[in-house]
Formats: sequence, C-alpha cells, structure tokens
Amino acid sequence: MAIFNLNINGKVREVDVDPSTPMLWVLRDHLRLLGTKFGCGVSVCGACTIHLGDVAVRSCQLAVSEVGDQRITTIEGLSEKGDHPVQKAWLEHDVSQCGYCQPGQIMQATALLKHNPEPTDKEIEEAMYGNLCRCGTYTRIKAAIKTAASS
Amino acid sequence: MTVVKTTFDRRSFFKSSLLAGGGLMLGFSWLASCKVRPEEALTLPDEWFEINAYLKIGNNGVVTIYSPNPEFGSNVKTSMPMLVAEELDINWDVVLVEQAHFHPERYDRQFTGGSQGVRRGWDPLRMAGATARQMLRQAAAEAWQVPLAEISTREGVLYHEISGKSAGYGEMASAAAQIPVPEEVELKEPKDFKIIGTSRKNVDALKMVTGKPLYGLDYYKDGTLTAMIVHPPAFGLRLKSFDDSEARSMPGIKDIFQIKTFLDDYERNFFDTNAFPDLVAVVGNSTWEVMNARKVLRVEWEPFGEQSFQMAGFRGSQTVRVPGGLENTTEHKAQMAAMAAKPGREVRRDGNPEQAFRDAAKVIERTYTAPFLPHVSMEPHNFFAHVTEGRAEVAGPLQAPELTEQALSARLGIPLDKIEIHLTRMGGGFGRRAYGHYAVEAAVISRKVGAPVKLVYTREDDITFGVFRPTYHMIYRAALDADNKLTGLHIRGGGIPESPLHANRFPAGAVDNYLAEDWSIASNITIGAFRAPRSNFNAAAEQSFLDEVAEAAGKDPIDFRLELLKRAQENPVGERNDYEAARYAGVLELVREKSGWGTEAPGVHRGVSAYFCHNSYVAQVLDMVIENGQAVVDRVSCAIDCGIVVNPDPAANMAEGAIVDGIGVAMYGDMSFTDGKPDRDNLDSYELIRTSDAPRKIDVHFVKNEIDPTGMGEPPFPPVMGALANALYRATGKRHYHQPFINGE
Repeated sequence: MAIFNLNINGKVREVDVDPSTPMLWVLRDHLRLLGTKFGCGVSVCGACTIHLGDVAVRSCQLAVSEVGDQRITTIEGLSEKGDHPVQKAWLEHDVSQCGYCQPGQIMQATALLKHNPEPTDKEIEEAMYGNLCRCGTYTRIKAAIKTAASS
Repeated sequence: MTVVKTTFDRRSFFKSSLLAGGGLMLGFSWLASCKVRPEEALTLPDEWFEINAYLKIGNNGVVTIYSPNPEFGSNVKTSMPMLVAEELDINWDVVLVEQAHFHPERYDRQFTGGSQGVRRGWDPLRMAGATARQMLRQAAAEAWQVPLAEISTREGVLYHEISGKSAGYGEMASAAAQIPVPEEVELKEPKDFKIIGTSRKNVDALKMVTGKPLYGLDYYKDGTLTAMIVHPPAFGLRLKSFDDSEARSMPGIKDIFQIKTFLDDYERNFFDTNAFPDLVAVVGNSTWEVMNARKVLRVEWEPFGEQSFQMAGFRGSQTVRVPGGLENTTEHKAQMAAMAAKPGREVRRDGNPEQAFRDAAKVIERTYTAPFLPHVSMEPHNFFAHVTEGRAEVAGPLQAPELTEQALSARLGIPLDKIEIHLTRMGGGFGRRAYGHYAVEAAVISRKVGAPVKLVYTREDDITFGVFRPTYHMIYRAALDADNKLTGLHIRGGGIPESPLHANRFPAGAVDNYLAEDWSIASNITIGAFRAPRSNFNAAAEQSFLDEVAEAAGKDPIDFRLELLKRAQENPVGERNDYEAARYAGVLELVREKSGWGTEAPGVHRGVSAYFCHNSYVAQVLDMVIENGQAVVDRVSCAIDCGIVVNPDPAANMAEGAIVDGIGVAMYGDMSFTDGKPDRDNLDSYELIRTSDAPRKIDVHFVKNEIDPTGMGEPPFPPVMGALANALYRATGKRHYHQPFINGE
C-alpha cells in the first residue's frame, strides 16, 4: 500500500492503495466516483475512459502509480451542471438507451473535439472506434459529436 | 424534508380495480429512498399525497409517477409513466419519475422481456392515471358542492366552468387521497392524446450523461465488501477442491469459501438456469484486491456424468436431465448435420408437400446455421446484497425480479415479504438478466460474511458463465412449378439444445403444400432468451432464402413477398397462422415507398427483409456501397407497425440500435467451445459491432394506426440480418448462409 495524492477534477484526493491498482478501481472503490464504468478490464470497450491531462485514456489500464501530478478528469468533472457542449449535444439527440457506455463515449468525444474541433466523419469513426455501445447508439453518437463540434 | 401521506387502509389501485381482491398496501420503505432528479427545476412540495400505487401528487401540483418495470435501455422508464400522465391530464413538465422497487402487491407485471412492457402496461397504467383524475374531480365536486359531471380538467387544473371555480391538482390532492377508488373509469380515445404519440426525452438522460450512480454496479452502502466468484472454466466440469492458503493471505482479503446456489432438494424455476451452482467466493475490501487474490487461488475441477434436477413447470414438477461430457463446436456441427439429414418431428403439414416437390420444375434447398451467442451487456453481472437475520435487502440488474425473489426466498429460508428488491437501471440486458443466479450468489455470500456485499463479475466471468443464445441449423426447401409459382415449402429446423422453428409464421399460410419439422440435441451448455429468441435466427435464414427463391422465380423480392402475403390474406392455407398478412404487407409497402425501392443510385446494392415477431411487423431495406474495395452499409430504411407509438423518437432510437445490433450479430457474433470451454471470454476476442460498421444513416418510419401498442424492443432486430445478407449478395455476388458472415461462408 502507498499514499497517492491525485489531482482529480480540480481537487487533490488522497488514497492509500496498492500502487498497481488501476485508476478505474481507485475512482470507483476508493473515491466513489462511479461515473467511470467497468466494462472489460482490458481496454477494448472504452466504458472506463477518463482524461489524463487532455488525453482520453482507459482507466482500467492506468495504474495509480503512473499518474503522478497529472490532471485527471472524470465524467463528474466535465462540467458542474451537465452543460458541457458534448453533454448538451447528447441530451439534444437523446442518445442514451441503457446509458452505461455513455460517460466513456462522452469523455472520448470531448478529448477528440479538444484536439480536433471539426472532425470529419472518418476522424470521428477512428477516434470513437474503441468505445463500444451494445445498444447500438452509434449513429446518434456521431450526430451528437457533430452538433457539439458546431456549437 | 417532505412529508409523505399515504392511506394504509386502502387497497392499491391495481389490485382493487383489476384483480378484485389483493393485499393491503404494505411496506413503504421504498418511499424513503425517493429522490428527485437533480436537474429538475421543480420546487418540491411540502407534502405528498399518494393517490394510488403509480403516483403521488404534491400540494404544489408536482406529480411523481412510479415506473413499475425494470429499465434495461428500452426506455420504459419514460414511456410507461407517459401513459399515466396522459390519463391524469397533466403537463409532462411537472412529472418526476421514480423507479418503483419490486412490489408485487402493488404492481402486476414487473418484468422486462418479450417486448411486452408497454403492451401489457397499456391498460393498467392508463387506468392508474384515469382513476387518479377521477378522484381529483370527485374531490373538487365535493368541495364545490357541484355535480361530478360538471368538473373538467386541463393539464393539472380542475375547472367548474359554470361557477368559474378552478383549483390545481395539488390543492385537491389531500382530499382526493381520501376518495374511494372508483370501480370504473373512462379512458381517452387515441385522437385526444396529448402526451402519447409525442416524443419525450429519456427521464434519466441528464443523470446518464453526467455519470450519476444509476446502475447495480454503482449501488453501495457503508461497509460494503466486494465479492467475486470463481466458476468452472468449462461446461461439464464442477468444483472438486480448492487451496486458498496463498490467496487468503493476500492484502485486503476477508474470507474465501465455497457457496452453493441451490439447496440439494431445490425445485428450480424457469429463470434459475445455471450450469455452475457450486462456486468459490472470494471476499475482500476492494475489487482490485479481490481480483488479485483470485489469481493465486488454486482450484481443481472434475468432470461429471449425466445430471438431473427438478424444475417447476406449468404441468407440475418435471425432471430435467443434462448430459455430462466436455462438448466441442466441431462435434456440435457434425451432430447437427446428422440430425438434419433425418426426418424431424412433424410440427405442421399443409397439402401434400412430397407431391409438390416431386412435381416441381425447380427445387431450391439451402442450409443456414448460426452459433451460440453470449449477451455481453455493457454492465457486467453484479449484485448488491445485505442479508441479516430474517431479512434481505438486495439491489441490482434484474429483468425478472419475481422469480429471482422466489429463488432468494427458497435459498435463504426468508419469506418473500422480508426480501426487499431495489431495481437499478441496467447497463443492457438483452434477455440475460432474467437469469438472476448472481443475486442468489450475492445473498449467500452476504449472509456468510455478515456484511453488505457487492458481487462483481469480471467480463470474463460474465461471458463464460453461460446462458447463451442456442446454436441453430435450418434447412429450407422450396418447390417452384413451371410458372415459377411457389408450390411447396419444407422447413427442417433444429438446434442445440432447442429448435428455433416457428411453424405457423409466414410463409406458412401462403403456400399450399407445407411441411415444418424440428429436432433438438441435448447439451450441458446453458441457454436462454436472447433479444427476439428464435426469431433472431429465423428471420436471417427465412428472409435470405425467400430472396433466393424470388431470384430463382425471376421476381422482384418485394413483389414476391407481397404476392405470398396477398394469398395469405385472401385465401390462407391452414388456420393456425399467427400473423396478420395485411399488416405484414403494409410495412413492406411502406419501406418500398420510403426507401425509393427501384430508384436507387448506381453503385447502391440493396437487400430487403421483413419479419413479424413480438406482435409487431418490421420491414427493412439495407443499402450497401463498395468503397475502397470494402462493403459499407450506407443506409437502412425501416418500416414498423407496432400499433400506437407511445414515444416516437426514443422508439426510433431503439430501432436504430436494433439494426446496428443485428448487423453486428450477423457479421461477428460467434461463441464456440473446445472441450466445454468457451473459446472467447472478453471483448478483445469476442467481437461486437463498432461505430465504423454502423450504417451511416438509419431512417425509421412508423405505420400510423390506432391499434393498441405491440412489441418494439425486439421486432426491429431479426430482419436486418436478412437484409444484410441479401445486400451482401447484390454487392459481392456471394450469398452468406452461415453466421457470422465474417467467416465468409
């Protein structure tokens, strides 16, 4: 066990965990930030996507010991009231069915738009390729990303 | 804090008005956990008045509607309360929706599956709203000393136009709560609907996009321990022994022990499907610590022979026998081919099919197969349980809480009324969460460790525990006469461990000479409902076959189907046909019009498909284009007849998702077995459709009619597999008979 001071959603949070613990479980089990979802544990579904700095990463593969003082943003920290343009676009298109993958989708889309404010369809497909939606809301996700990009 | 006023001495609406009897309203602990949506700008009332099991009205006119059915993404949590709000005659903007806990004394059918939520809730939910409105009107009539008939309502306000008096529902709610439940209420005509038929956004939308804890995996209480199970790696193996000496000493581990999901003399119920009732449980402080301990746990497994158990059925207790052995997909394929070469059990016969085939000018015979499939809901199986002396509080993803509660009660020896089930939003389900073994496992573990427990399955556990879509094999034979008329049809279908055959569905009824047979092969691999059971294979096979027959007959594939449906409508063969030919033809005609069938641009390769299941009719046209040498699904046009559409835009969303899901299953879905062991255990090896393979555009069109709502969650899923196969043929010249199509067969 070791103590880590993590910069999460603009606050310093202290946890005492095994250094190999993935951030996914630090967030969920130790900080009860439950918006970051467990889907596969092997970084192929995207449900656990968070931002490390400005980059979308899979928190199931990011050990707490690798984070250091880098900024972490989770879905809870994306906006105070759910009014980030990407979240608003998700609401406008009423994207969610079961909704379970959507925090990860939104974190991935937000990182995409930060680096590429006007992505083409192909760029959207490439950026979102690693985020699975079992309900099949892909067409609405794409439409919502375009709406967010134009806002 | 708000005060909740309830009337404990009054029968709940549902039982009194529909079932003539039933229990008192008991156990209001669920009300304590009522929380409003944080996004609501609504001011909470000082007092709530419960009018019936489905709704309570605040003194300020805000209304809480309890959504009875578990929500797994089909949007019942929005569409079912809309039915109540419609008849209550309120503005949707003053409605708060809460998920009802499992409460069989108060609600009739808290089950999610079979595309039956809105269909079966259509009358009781509207009656709940209408009853409450009637009680409010009566309260106003008494307060104003005027005849009931003179009280009208409009969007949450009661009016007596003659005297000019008016009052909000909130003002009359206290008095209304004291009015006896009316025995009869009038329901609106469809033309008067103000909410039904208008698109309303998902009531949990903001919570979902902000990551609020909604799901079973997010359900915790103080002091909750994490538990995981270890199950046999292969079907046909059981636990022999385990050595936990190293695992027990790992950090954060509280206990490791064996659990039994079933007591020895337990009579299983329909949703108790479970190949692995004997497990090792690992309990600790956190998920990562438990995962690590599990890695060093040494477990020995052993094969076993045929087993039997008792199962409750409609005809009393039955003995179910399950073969032993370690099964292989290669053997399954050989077994199925051998069975399919022999006559099966005759299920339906019309005319003289043998004669029709002897006399045929052309016979077309094709074989279609599909593999086992895991459901792979995005939220892995999990469950919260807190079992104390004589009580159990449990929460998590369940499609069939009623039977899960019975299983819990039998296993724990705790009466049903001491088991409290909280229904959490489910991260998908697709049929799998009807099989609630994980709830029993969590409860057994909680009781053993004497603490609240969160049972978590890894994705590997979730996929390999079983309850798959069965594997299927179907032979279709068509006889065409010299005029290219379909004179005979022969279907021989089977599967492991059950047949997919729907003997009385189209084209039965449209062909003079028809024979349907089935067969099955026993297996110890567990199977269960998977979105549109059986139809999810039949549509692909049948609609691909009809396309090929139409081509052999030199006919347009839509015209060919419409000719058969005309026959079925005007002069049906046999009496047991379970579809309405006119509605079937209706969706084909609608999709023909909306897709611009026959006017497609050069380079667009089209496949059509139509299917009836879960009481609804769906036709689809899939447009494929070739780009950079690769087939791309450009657009899918979809026509649906599911009666009245309660919430059109989310219904379209669900159809879009079903189309994406269907394309994905047909292209990639594949579970195979080697020596009883599932060959794929996570999403790196088991492929689900990703965004790049989704159609670029999906247009959903609903047939407008005033038929009571029928199924919506399942019907758009099966036909697209046929449309995909048919479009692939037009694009590539190759027909695909064996799912997944990615294998190229």
